Amino acid sequence: MTVADDRTVAGPRFWHSLRFQTRAAQVLFLAPAVIYMVAFFGYPIVKNFVMAFQEYSTSTFYTGEAPWVGLANYSEVVSSPVFGKAMLNTVLFTAGSIAGQFVIGLALAMFFRRRFPLSGVLRSLILLPWLIPLIASGAVWRWILDKDNGALNRFLAAIGVASDHPGWLTSTSLALVAVILVNIWVGIPFNLTILYGGLQDIPEDLYEAAALDGAGGWQRFRYVTWPLLRPVVSVVLVLGVVYTIKVLDVILALTGGGPANASQTIATQSYHLSFQQFDFGQGAALGNILIAISLVFAIFYLRANRRAVDE
Amino acid sequence: MTPTTLGAARRRRHTRGGWGSTAAGIVILAVLLFPIYWMVNVSLQPSGSAVGTPWLPFDLSFDGYATALGQQGRNLVTSLVVALGSVVFSLLIAMPAAFALAQFKIRFAGAFLFGILISQMIPGIVIANALYTAYNDLGLLNSIPGLILADSTAGIPFAILIVRAFMINIPRAVLEASRVDGAGHVRTFVSIVLPMSRNALITAALFTFLFSWADFLFALTLTTTEDVRPVTLGLYTYIGTYVNDWSSVMATAVLASIPAIVLLVVAQRYVAAGTTAGAVK
Repeated sequence: MTVADDRTVAGPRFWHSLRFQTRAAQVLFLAPAVIYMVAFFGYPIVKNFVMAFQEYSTSTFYTGEAPWVGLANYSEVVSSPVFGKAMLNTVLFTAGSIAGQFVIGLALAMFFRRRFPLSGVLRSLILLPWLIPLIASGAVWRWILDKDNGALNRFLAAIGVASDHPGWLTSTSLALVAVILVNIWVGIPFNLTILYGGLQDIPEDLYEAAALDGAGGWQRFRYVTWPLLRPVVSVVLVLGVVYTIKVLDVILALTGGGPANASQTIATQSYHLSFQQFDFGQGAALGNILIAISLVFAIFYLRANRRAVDE
Repeated sequence: MTPTTLGAARRRRHTRGGWGSTAAGIVILAVLLFPIYWMVNVSLQPSGSAVGTPWLPFDLSFDGYATALGQQGRNLVTSLVVALGSVVFSLLIAMPAAFALAQFKIRFAGAFLFGILISQMIPGIVIANALYTAYNDLGLLNSIPGLILADSTAGIPFAILIVRAFMINIPRAVLEASRVDGAGHVRTFVSIVLPMSRNALITAALFTFLFSWADFLFALTLTTTEDVRPVTLGLYTYIGTYVNDWSSVMATAVLASIPAIVLLVVAQRYVAAGTTAGAVK
């Protein structure tokens, strides 16, 4: 306790009680959230880490025994033929989804920046695909993409393209493409909204100045929009990766990872191992690999986030 | 959104594009919302018309809805109870924490916020994997409280971040005035801070509701019987087998989408606020 402290408040006793009160309030206000976060995020991480070293299967639930197996789960998961396929699919799914969402989202954000009659209403209606439950949109896409009677194939046949009724969800060469297309559709509203917000923060004067200097549409984009939008772009892209890499709903609803693992990703395979084969140890090992990949991007995310806050 | 960006946006509020742009916008919207139109269209077709759904619901029928409500009515109620429970629980946990993080000088506040950001990167399947075993021991599988707790993993971090961002702008003088009047921290929080944060609170509540309502992963992994089954899982079990009655499946999908549609229409500005906050998240 210093002299300065004493002078700022009435007296040592009052100071003491106030300090106690404040401390108590801090604990009271923050403790429930800390406990929750530890129990529902901290515990699962630790538990998963431990489980990955155990033979944790259905019998564990009866006997309570989960023998230590060292790195056996990891080696089994990684050497499984599905792993390479799932890894490649995860990369393709993530990269494809992000590229599509971002390009379309940015194009739409630029379009809506024009502020035309009803633009606000139209822009908020575009949010719908993002707000309805993924499983509901998954269900309708499943019917739209149906091989024989789906709306897409009927439309394609009607305009004379692909009249052989491609099996979007049933062919091994198309399933991943179909899943990516649907996920792009799901992600467009999010990209549009964030990028639109970023565009709104670019001062109008800069465009006017660029126009006076004779800059055309592309040059204005290249030298004004893009550099000023970059912090927002990095946030959108990294968040996109972090969210897309763990997508489960869309794939489970559309293909369940099939046919023949054609659309299996690390996340769906982890689900498959834990909840369909009931090998929680292997599921955990794969889940940890997924976390490791996410963490690499988390570092990018935090850097991008800091840059966005700074500017 | 900070006050400056709001101001900047408002200053620029003049119309640049004409009705031509509006027409183009409507076309874009029509393409993007086609799946939702299709969902509604199929749901209004007579059941059994699995072969080639007509492009418009001329032969209007509500059979799909009758079947859906009959088979999924209970699941819809379960979803509603879980989502409302999650809203109440999330707000109870998140509001005080947001206030503490915004206004108290806490040494590890930075670390806690960092933890919240990191939590967003943890795949749901990892949480489900660990929770399944823990819930099995605790008897929380197939229970409403179990789902409420798990579903709040989406709502609580989001609510803390969005409400904290708002509460940080509450002037210290307001809180000090209340304290001078003799109100304790709790009184100040309940009667001054919460009413002032009404908008942020509504946004947090809306999104917590939507997150829990739409939850599929925890419904899928943390329930094993039909006793407690949210409608998302009901829908999944429909499409998991060969479907020959798409109108009732799509009627269920429409019913499951109603909260989102209603909220977008009724509470549009809160939805907009929440979407923007998604970036901060």
